[in-house]
Amino acid sequence: MSDAQPFVEIRHARKNYGYIEVLKDISLTVERGQIVAIIGPSGSGKSTLLRAINDLDPLTEGEVLLEGVQVNKTLPHRQYEKHINEMREHIGMVFQHFNLFPHLTVRENVTMAPKLLKGISKAEADALAEEQLAHVGLLDRIDYYPSRLSGGQKQRCAIARALAMKPKLMLFDEATSALDPELVEEVNLVMKKLAEEHMTMIIVTHEMDFAASVCDRVLFMDQGYVVEEGPPEVVFRNPKEARTREFLRKHLGDAT
Amino acid sequence: MLDFDLMLRIYPFFLQAAWVTIQLSILTTILGLICGSLGAAARLSRHGYLRMIGATYVSLFRGTPALIQLFLLYFGGPQVGIQLDAFEAGVIGLGVNIGAYMTETMRGSIIAIDKGQAEAARTLGLSSYQAFRNVVLPQALRLMIRPLGVNINALIKGTALVAAISVVELTYTAQRYIGSTYKPFEMFLLSGLLYMVIIYVVGKGITYLDRKVRLT
Ligand SMILES: Nc1ncnc2c1ncn2[C@@H]1O[C@H](COP(=O)(O)OP(=O)(O)OP(=O)(O)O)[C@@H](O)[C@H]1O
Ligand SMILES: [Mg+2]
Repeated sequence: MSDAQPFVEIRHARKNYGYIEVLKDISLTVERGQIVAIIGPSGSGKSTLLRAINDLDPLTEGEVLLEGVQVNKTLPHRQYEKHINEMREHIGMVFQHFNLFPHLTVRENVTMAPKLLKGISKAEADALAEEQLAHVGLLDRIDYYPSRLSGGQKQRCAIARALAMKPKLMLFDEATSALDPELVEEVNLVMKKLAEEHMTMIIVTHEMDFAASVCDRVLFMDQGYVVEEGPPEVVFRNPKEARTREFLRKHLGDAT
Repeated sequence: MLDFDLMLRIYPFFLQAAWVTIQLSILTTILGLICGSLGAAARLSRHGYLRMIGATYVSLFRGTPALIQLFLLYFGGPQVGIQLDAFEAGVIGLGVNIGAYMTETMRGSIIAIDKGQAEAARTLGLSSYQAFRNVVLPQALRLMIRPLGVNINALIKGTALVAAISVVELTYTAQRYIGSTYKPFEMFLLSGLLYMVIIYVVGKGITYLDRKVRLT
């Protein structure tokens, strides 16, 4: 691999909501295949940063680049739409509350975007749905509507839906926070599987055990800053910053 | 006592009038849905001037009596070069009026769809139009059937207003036969019953449609 440029690069990201600064000059890079966890207290800006990566919450200042291509370009409306839709095809996102399309079956949830954007045939769409749903262990629910799925199944369907676009990068915003405790593991397993397949992932999570076991790097955010970052062994066992230590004291289960 | 004989003799004329009321209702509903769709699109546009036009339309037509709107169009129209017969004026006047209510119904149903739905669609790479067309609208349509049914119910009853510009529909017919029968109770009862039948059938239809497409 000859990429001198980082896979994902965030340069001097700032974000204001009115007078409130939510992100304060954040710069970071993520290499291809890396799995990065973002942790931090509520309101520290984790979701905002994640959602800035696919320009869902546009930055006030700064740049996001994917393979050297700027994601958050300032362009006239039509050109911007075309550009951002192309970029987003490569960036999958998974939400805390699944956001499955309730009027579509599991199969249709997975195939809607590829059908619309890649013009695949019905046979190709069916094959794609089966492949992706088998991957997340949901093949037996392929013709169910989301209302008939458990939370864990919903989230696995949402992951399959994102993967069906064959993204290069996956963003997870507290993918397991809305789940009953007994359903967390099945979603974590799917994410671990993706990790083994070397999917590049940025994961906002409150689950320190999961971050410690799956991620290559941990970012600790507080009040709009990345306060500390490093490999999980360091951040979790040997944090340098007082704020990190305090946060971990409250949130660390048995990760250490 | 009620003069049933008279009612039995005269009701075929009322059936004819009911048919006019039904035609009025259907055409008004169609025009209302068209105006409502355009109005809702304007109200939800990303262009400020379109939003303003939409909001003005709604506040003008909901903020004045439908009867005045009808009179303006029918009696005032010729003064500014709009020549319509009574039926046409009735359909256009009522349709544009109910369209303002339908604008709000449709807009309400669209904004009631969780923002996460469009977001999820957009993160997959869908354009805002594709997200609206494939994700938001299908859900909003299901949601708007019942409240649109309420609008249509109001509209059917509202067609009685066009009696005032002498469209020969149910209300006008009742008034006309009072002149010859001197039996206002029977005449208004007859037209009232026919309105009830029309509204009942439409109501059942709406309920059926709503059940059929409802998501659970
Ligand atoms: N649309 C918005 N308007 C105004 N302020 C907002 C908006 N969205 C987020 N914020 C604020 O930005 C800050 C960061 O929010 P963000 O959702 O990124 O935090 P978070 O770290 O994801 O928190 P949590 O762990 O609770 O999800 C918070 O103070 C929040 O109140
Ligand atoms: Mg968050």
